[in-house]
Amino acid sequence: MMNNSAVYLDHAATTDLNPAALSAMTEQFSQTGNPSSLHGAGRRANRVVDEARTAIAKVAGAHPTELIFTSGGTESDNLALKGLFWNRTEKNPLARSILVAGIEHHAVLDTVSWLEAHEDATVLWMPVDADGVLDLQAAKELIEEHHERIALGTIMWANNEVGAIQPVVAFTKLAAKYGIPVHSDAVQAFDSVPTNFATSGLATMAVSAHKIGGPVGIGALFVRRDVVLMPVQHGGGHERKLRSGTLNAVAAAGFAAAATAVHGTLVAESARLSELREYAVQNITRLVPDAVLNGPRDEDNAGLRLPGNLHFTFPECEGDSLLFLLDMVGIASSTGSACTAGVPQPSHVLVAMGRDARSARSVQRFTLGHRTTHEDVDILLEALPDAYQRAKKAGMAADESSIHTAGTGFTR
Amino acid sequence: MKVLAAMSGGVDSAVAAARAVEAGHDVVGVHLALSRMPGTLRTGSRGCCTLEDSNDAWRACDKLGIPYYVWDFSDRFAEDVVQDFVDEYEAGRTPNPCMRCNEKIKFAALLEKALALGFDAVCTGHYAKVLRDTEGNPELHRAADWAKDQSYVLGVLTREQLDHCMFPLAETPSKAEVRAEAAARGLTVANKPDSYDICFIPDGDTRGWLAERIDMKPGEIVDQDGNQLGEHGGAQAFTVGQRKGLRLGRPAADGKPRFVLEIRPKDNKVIVGPEALLSVDELRGIRISWAGVPIPEIITGEEFDCMVQVRAHGDPVDAKARMERSEGSDVLVVQLPEGMRGVAPGQTMVVYQGTRVLGQATIDKARSTSWDSSKVS
Repeated sequence: MMNNSAVYLDHAATTDLNPAALSAMTEQFSQTGNPSSLHGAGRRANRVVDEARTAIAKVAGAHPTELIFTSGGTESDNLALKGLFWNRTEKNPLARSILVAGIEHHAVLDTVSWLEAHEDATVLWMPVDADGVLDLQAAKELIEEHHERIALGTIMWANNEVGAIQPVVAFTKLAAKYGIPVHSDAVQAFDSVPTNFATSGLATMAVSAHKIGGPVGIGALFVRRDVVLMPVQHGGGHERKLRSGTLNAVAAAGFAAAATAVHGTLVAESARLSELREYAVQNITRLVPDAVLNGPRDEDNAGLRLPGNLHFTFPECEGDSLLFLLDMVGIASSTGSACTAGVPQPSHVLVAMGRDARSARSVQRFTLGHRTTHEDVDILLEALPDAYQRAKKAGMAADESSIHTAGTGFTR
Repeated sequence: MKVLAAMSGGVDSAVAAARAVEAGHDVVGVHLALSRMPGTLRTGSRGCCTLEDSNDAWRACDKLGIPYYVWDFSDRFAEDVVQDFVDEYEAGRTPNPCMRCNEKIKFAALLEKALALGFDAVCTGHYAKVLRDTEGNPELHRAADWAKDQSYVLGVLTREQLDHCMFPLAETPSKAEVRAEAAARGLTVANKPDSYDICFIPDGDTRGWLAERIDMKPGEIVDQDGNQLGEHGGAQAFTVGQRKGLRLGRPAADGKPRFVLEIRPKDNKVIVGPEALLSVDELRGIRISWAGVPIPEIITGEEFDCMVQVRAHGDPVDAKARMERSEGSDVLVVQLPEGMRGVAPGQTMVVYQGTRVLGQATIDKARSTSWDSSKVS
């Protein structure tokens, strides 16, 4: 049976290493030197990190001093949310509320839950519309009513499941009126759509290298120069004392090379992917009339949806049945979120968008990337109708089996 | 054939899957997530669907070069197995949740999904045999190794279910051989301890677990003549045949230990008595199913010789059985010339002829000629 996916449509999970990143890292792997050391080898390593910092900051529209290297998106979200919360509550113990939307990634949701459980934080849930986009009016009302006790707000730049791009700038403007710092998880958006940190009005912004063709295990948190965070990890005082730990020069070089390479083709690639996406949307809805696109349609690539994101509800079938059938023919897709044991869970994003738990199990995400071709999409289109019919026949796991047994009225 | 190997993460299912692969089948491994809280860690040898089990199953599949998935049946398991277990105890009966899981989850919910997704069979690490008669009809038989034989817990499978079962460990002489084979194949689960007890009661404290779910009230413990001997904390926590935990201060007149003879949840009464009264002579079974084509006597209603087994590791006992057909419901009436001890309503009796499983029924009533419990008020 097929084990490796010939058609890889899960680029939002991770994408392959960019050749520029591979060559930059290959060059650095054989070099010695701790960037914090004071000798020649250390200075050389430090230069690699510094150049990487400058290059990545440039891509993100940030100043190099605003970039804190981390191990990835999850660590960046943790540092931002905990760091902002602790700093704010230290100054004003009454400001303990966090503005958050239900569509956030678990790196944000679970961090906020932890603050709620252990640090007396309270959560102010901001609603999203049926497309998964933040309801700005509702957010405005929440801010106006509760601004005195709000510690921070957080809004992802683009949703990882349904691809909905969020009104980040409009939201930071609302928060800025009351001096509320805002964090954004930009892991999916960074280098996929323009994400300019300088003009965003954000206090902090989290990004990850492996989503854009860099190595796994490195990411960054952009921290505006006037923003003070309390560190989560203590030690040698690296990265403005915000994130201690020996800097990974090899990974930083790879991250920078990927970020720069991808940024150079962002506009053209965005147009290509959105056209491919639109082709897929039109044909999936034609071939599988029951399928419902989740998230904004964005036919003209007007910046409403991540260009490579496709997310559908396929009614009355388990997402994992569909994933299995597609995997069997070499197509890699995703059901959205799975727990650590690999058990598919109903999508919390869809539930936040107002769908019921049952239909939130019937979803499938296809994310296109730099090596996705027209032919790949055609292979998906060919496999999908039959896979859907079969998956639907396999039914929903919560329903009773139609196989008769002693208990259900067994007949010979 | 396209075969779905149900992988618990244990050694038996891993070796069963390996044998299916070796036999040339197109095999896919699936681990069932049955707990509402997946991803927890295993404690001791107990528990099921833990992170370790899922990882062990994944590693075995990786070693065998077959795809691996985790499928969630936690909702159905909660309803068909866990809730059923609580309901049965609440009604004063003693259920077997492993049989219910085989009946409703592994060979119903999972099998149905597998068939719909294009599989021909579900393969498990059970020690039992499926043979075919001359016309190709499936028959369920005991495994070669009677010490490990699990035909009892599969006794509830019907012809439709047996048609799609694959038990590659059927002819294995012993468990030791399965472990040796696992080691030889490089499967890391070769020395993993066997799992015991009920998977959804991780600490093994069935009584405590039930007490949290059933509203129990103190009531009377009486002897076989209706004399009050003491009090209990809730009749549903007792099992027929139980000797320990009765907490009766006074010894019996003959100085011999007393056993639970009957549980009456309606009156919240527990009846106890001497060991001799535990023996029953007649079983009446409902919720009947036949494992394959029924033998002619089942259709005609004639009496037939058989062996009856009432628990997974109990000895089979000689019996004479007969189908009693009445309006609406059939009853399987079993006579036990040599008697049988410690039979509780709710238990499953599996009926054998030689090595063949004919079928099963849930014990509704167990009668004793030496003692008429209906006289106890």
